Amino acid sequence: MPDDDSRPIGRRIVLGSLGLTALGILFGARAQDELQRLLLPITLHDPTGLSDLLPVAGRFRIYSVTGNLPSRRTTDYALQVDGLVDRPTALSYDDVRHQLPQTALTRDFQCVTGWRVHDVGWAGVRLRDVLDRVGVQTAATHVLFHSFDGTYTETLTLDQARRDDVLIAHTMEGGALSDEHGGPVRLYVGPMYGYKSLKWLERIELVDHLADGGGYWEQRGYDVDAWVGASNGGHQDRTS
Amino acid sequence: MIPRFDALTRIVHWVTTALTAALVGTGTVLYVGQLSAVVGRRALLARIHVWSGILLLVPLVAGVALRQRGRGLRSDVVELGRWSDGDRRWLRRRTRIAPSGKFNGGQKLAAALFAGLFAMQLVTGSLMHWNQPFSDEWRTGATFVHDWAYLALLVLIAGHIRYALREPDLLRAMRTGSVTRSWAERERPAWARRSG
Repeated sequence: MPDDDSRPIGRRIVLGSLGLTALGILFGARAQDELQRLLLPITLHDPTGLSDLLPVAGRFRIYSVTGNLPSRRTTDYALQVDGLVDRPTALSYDDVRHQLPQTALTRDFQCVTGWRVHDVGWAGVRLRDVLDRVGVQTAATHVLFHSFDGTYTETLTLDQARRDDVLIAHTMEGGALSDEHGGPVRLYVGPMYGYKSLKWLERIELVDHLADGGGYWEQRGYDVDAWVGASNGGHQDRTS
Repeated sequence: MIPRFDALTRIVHWVTTALTAALVGTGTVLYVGQLSAVVGRRALLARIHVWSGILLLVPLVAGVALRQRGRGLRSDVVELGRWSDGDRRWLRRRTRIAPSGKFNGGQKLAAALFAGLFAMQLVTGSLMHWNQPFSDEWRTGATFVHDWAYLALLVLIAGHIRYALREPDLLRAMRTGSVTRSWAERERPAWARRSG
């Protein structure tokens, strides 16, 4: 028998949790920014890397859609550019890293699932410069990107692909791209959500139509034009 | 031996345990970058995570709703939710007195925290999954709550398992359904008397 002096504390704790949940949903984004700023001195100089596990470290989350972490040595790396082009070409890592004109950018990285990393430095080759080099045929309307993970694909319209802030990137935060971040070479699409910035880039194909509704996530319901703050129901600040 | 948990209560406990394990397991891989990178298969893990979440409370709600067979489970849920003065005193070692019912204050606190954290995760997880109607600010806020509540849940689960292992009679009760009379008279004297 419950005692006569008993009180419904259990119910209060559950209702309290729901109240906290509502507050967290309303103000959590701001709280997270504040915490991130407060903890930055610690997370920047943490030799253990354990602070990465806290939800506030302003870190990248590593997404891979296949069962293993793709990896390729720079000496084995080749980037195929083909499809509706005048001069199908294979670029080596050295071509991307040294031979082609280099561009550096610093932009926020925004994931469609909500996290954002501020002021990420990227370096690489403008996609536009590569497209000009191979000679895009007039019939081409879209660019299709393939990953050497064997599964992931992404697409851009030709106009999007020619923007200044779309890179074939080999460097992030001053260092060579690691396997986790899509190295040795990935796509970086500054103004769009992270899923456009295909990792482990191995082939760029010029096409005259989009089959199957677009790239990997677009076939799973994401918007084909992935502008940060103006697609997928999002309203974040733009990144580019 | 004194019966402590009927068959339905034990089934609900262990099915909920399995669903929680699936949620925490997939959630951990989705959350910890180093693991995500090694395991991959993000779409599949996310689907398992969402489905386990959808099913999480089904055993408990269905069990409580059963008119005849749900009686034992229902009265346990009710008793866990109501705290006497002694239950509150239990939480401080110095003021502790023998539990006045089937559960002590610590068990009631754990039950309430489990319920509260599950509620948090279900609300924020739903908002994250069915996110189209909501602003980014809300989505980010929901992710923030979901991440911190996950860490709290890990601590709570670790504590729950630690206490279960420290008191094998209780663990056996959740496996076989009953406890020895000597344990009941020592640890839950009032409940032992009312159980006859």
